[in-house]
Amino acid sequence: MSEMVSSYILEVVQIVILLAAAPVFIGWVRTLKCWFQGRTTAGIFQPYRDLIKLFHKDIVLAENASWIFRITPYLIFGFTVLIGAIIPVLSVDLPLSSTADVIAIVSLFAMSRFFTALAGMDIGTAFGGMGSSREMTIASLAEPAMLMAVFTVSLASKSTSLSQMAQVIAHGPLVLRPSLAFALLAFIFISLAETGRIPVDNPATHLELTMIHEAMILEYSGRHLALIEWAGMMKLYLFAVLGIASFFPWGIAEAGNLIAIPIAILVLAVKLVLAGVGLVLIETGLAKMRLFRVPEFLGSAFLFATLGMLSFFMLE
Amino acid sequence: MGLPDLPFHLRLDPLSGFFLTLIGALGFIVSIYSIGYVKGFIGHRPVTSLAIFYSLFLAGMFMVVLADDAFFFLISWEVMAAASYFLVMFEDERTENRRAAFLYIVIAHIGAIAILLSFGLMAGFASGFESFNGYTFDAMRHASIPPHWAAVTFFLAFFGFAAKAGVIPLHVWLPEAHPVAPSNVSALMSGIMLKTAIYGIIRVAFDLIRDFPWWWGAVVLILGLVSALLGILFALQQQDLKKLLAYSSVENIGIILVGIGLSMTFASFHSPVLSALALTAGLYHTFNHAMFKGLLFMGAGAVLHATHERNMERMGGLIHRMPWTSALFLIGCISISALPPFNGFVSEWLMFQAFLLSPALPSTLLNFLIPMGAALLALAAALAAMCFVKAFGVTFLGQWRGQHNPEIHEVNWFMRIGMGMTAIACLCLGIFPTAMIRWMDVIAASFVGGELSESAGAFGWIWLTPISHERASYSGPIVLLGLVGVVSLVFLLLHARRKTIHKGPLWDCGFEKVTPRMQYTATAFSMPVRRIFGFYFHVRERQVSKHLLDHKAFIKSIRYSLKTRDRFMGWLYQPVADVSFWIARKAGKLQQGRIQVYLIYSFATIILLLVLLR
Repeated sequence: MSEMVSSYILEVVQIVILLAAAPVFIGWVRTLKCWFQGRTTAGIFQPYRDLIKLFHKDIVLAENASWIFRITPYLIFGFTVLIGAIIPVLSVDLPLSSTADVIAIVSLFAMSRFFTALAGMDIGTAFGGMGSSREMTIASLAEPAMLMAVFTVSLASKSTSLSQMAQVIAHGPLVLRPSLAFALLAFIFISLAETGRIPVDNPATHLELTMIHEAMILEYSGRHLALIEWAGMMKLYLFAVLGIASFFPWGIAEAGNLIAIPIAILVLAVKLVLAGVGLVLIETGLAKMRLFRVPEFLGSAFLFATLGMLSFFMLE
Repeated sequence: MGLPDLPFHLRLDPLSGFFLTLIGALGFIVSIYSIGYVKGFIGHRPVTSLAIFYSLFLAGMFMVVLADDAFFFLISWEVMAAASYFLVMFEDERTENRRAAFLYIVIAHIGAIAILLSFGLMAGFASGFESFNGYTFDAMRHASIPPHWAAVTFFLAFFGFAAKAGVIPLHVWLPEAHPVAPSNVSALMSGIMLKTAIYGIIRVAFDLIRDFPWWWGAVVLILGLVSALLGILFALQQQDLKKLLAYSSVENIGIILVGIGLSMTFASFHSPVLSALALTAGLYHTFNHAMFKGLLFMGAGAVLHATHERNMERMGGLIHRMPWTSALFLIGCISISALPPFNGFVSEWLMFQAFLLSPALPSTLLNFLIPMGAALLALAAALAAMCFVKAFGVTFLGQWRGQHNPEIHEVNWFMRIGMGMTAIACLCLGIFPTAMIRWMDVIAASFVGGELSESAGAFGWIWLTPISHERASYSGPIVLLGLVGVVSLVFLLLHARRKTIHKGPLWDCGFEKVTPRMQYTATAFSMPVRRIFGFYFHVRERQVSKHLLDHKAFIKSIRYSLKTRDRFMGWLYQPVADVSFWIARKAGKLQQGRIQVYLIYSFATIILLLVLLR
């Protein structure tokens, strides 16, 4: 009984960490980017201030907005929190972690994207439709690569359940698996596309012709915008955590082992700091590419994932 | 019953039962919808023929799945085809309707000939080509067919059923016939008539022939993948809402065939559980597709009923005027895009699980190739989501794009109830998959000898664990509850303090003169896909601009036209049609209209016969 209670407490702790850490993570990435580019920073807690400011503002709603437009921020937020509760971040034994395997998690992200795209088309401006069209195109192209990467990782653990995958890798002998290396490369490419980072999309731009994700949410304001922004931050955090859980799970707490939780939190923080450094290196080193170069970019992600699968069959 | 010496046989086994339920369920719902829908015709045209052929059509489908001999099967099959032909022809004053119906009946009959030949072969082998006694399915089950003849038999039947199901490249009738039929009929044709072809394929492969090599499954799998991918790519390029739905049926039939093909491959390697998983996924998708495609066609019918418009480029903003239809249509869109927690997701998830288990097969070639199939299926599923964002977004969201602003009202209650029932079915099938799988498990158990319900529901009805809980698990109820919980919590927290919502004009980055004509159109929405996958289509794009003062800088007007066509029509059908017309013309020259010439023909024939048959 106490084990069950403790696992539920753990679940709550994980969600609280998700809500609190996602803005800090994005703040860390922005700060780091400023340092790299020789600018002064606003500090890693700036995203909190942005969110608080937005939550305090009133909403200006377009006259012809329908209920889709108004419900979408809540749905996006809901889906993102749900995914955050499912991915095993701190411990492999979470009550909700068997709600969805990796494929279902990818679909949950797809569901929140589906509503974002609809909201983009709801007002009836050209920007919104453009953003929706581009976002859905890029997402469709990322999907086969994502599935291939999942397939490759699941070959080693014979499972698509994240807890199981994390356990198998964390307990297995520490060897360099070429299949996992290729899959990780593919996963990084896909994450950049899915979270709308350079070189696929630029999160900092409001230049009309190049924006993708921002174009869909142009008409949002006030708490609606705050929810969407917060969910966007959590999405980046969740992709980082998804990568950590499936490729670098070492340090994750075992079932029923509560003493390991503080260590797990610490290890997670270190991993996230490093993930942020990696992300900033990529974003500073590369330029945003043209929209019609993205298929090649995602095609190479697919290729890497396929190579990973082939190398599993040939070498392992 | 039946002819003298040729009695009809009827049989109700689990597979027939499954399809009977399917036909009965959607038939019932669509019939409720039809009460409201047909009201729109009353006063304009006689609806007696619609009612008669509608009932005959339903009866034909019931008889097809109940038939237990080739003779009765083909009679029912033809009743179904002929009735649906007249239904497509219902509004026969328009040329396009007559053309579509003609194309439909031609392809249906080419398919029926192939099915007839296939049954003929099986019946022949069953009775040793000596009597007519082999025409019952029971005799065919016990026939011993040599392997290469078995392949001929199966692929003849597969060809025939594929023509009915609209598998690429035999799909051309589908996007012609579905849009022009009355929408309640389109819902039935797409929702259940295509499924009778799926029934036929399963019946012939798993029941009548039973023993097959792996490459049959591979061929079915590949054709399924081609249909899924090309079907959705074509669907994305459509501006006609019903045509888009018709092409999306091609995609979904492809997905179902992927499940059947995988199941056949697994079955030929004697892995019953995997085969059962793939077959269950395919059948589950069959049921799901009937529900959401029925819903979507009924929704498209409601839009057509209210606006008299099929072209999405002239619609928009219907969510404000048709709240019920738009909400229900949205549920259909989410379901067909395979998004949780609705039903399309469950069947595609099961299918991916079956794909991911393919490394268990002993063949290295298949180990490499089957994952590629999974990737293609993922691409098709993601493009489907894009396609239905477009369908819903352009039709229901934004602002009305048409020239004049007609009076648009929500449809009547019969139509709303019909759509509502399928929408509820979509949600229930997504949330309670374990109950559904337990119900249909007997089909897989009787054909491939594998059972799923033991493992799939091992942790109670909340958790779906197809093979084992370590392998993969999914819980629809928890996704739904979690979502509703978080959303309502956030909503309550944010609404604890009242905050005013100011209504204002569109912002659009500060651009002031936004008009509804500036919205993103359906054509524009699919432009990236048209460019990336352009080589699949026949695209003709033209832009003519008129200038003021004959200078390029002063544009007065721009006329843009775009034609995107299916390449198969030009590649495959046009040559065949041309050749048959050429032969017909040559043969026509024999008819001179002069009695002397005909007498010479008769004389020459007699001489020839005397020489040959001495």
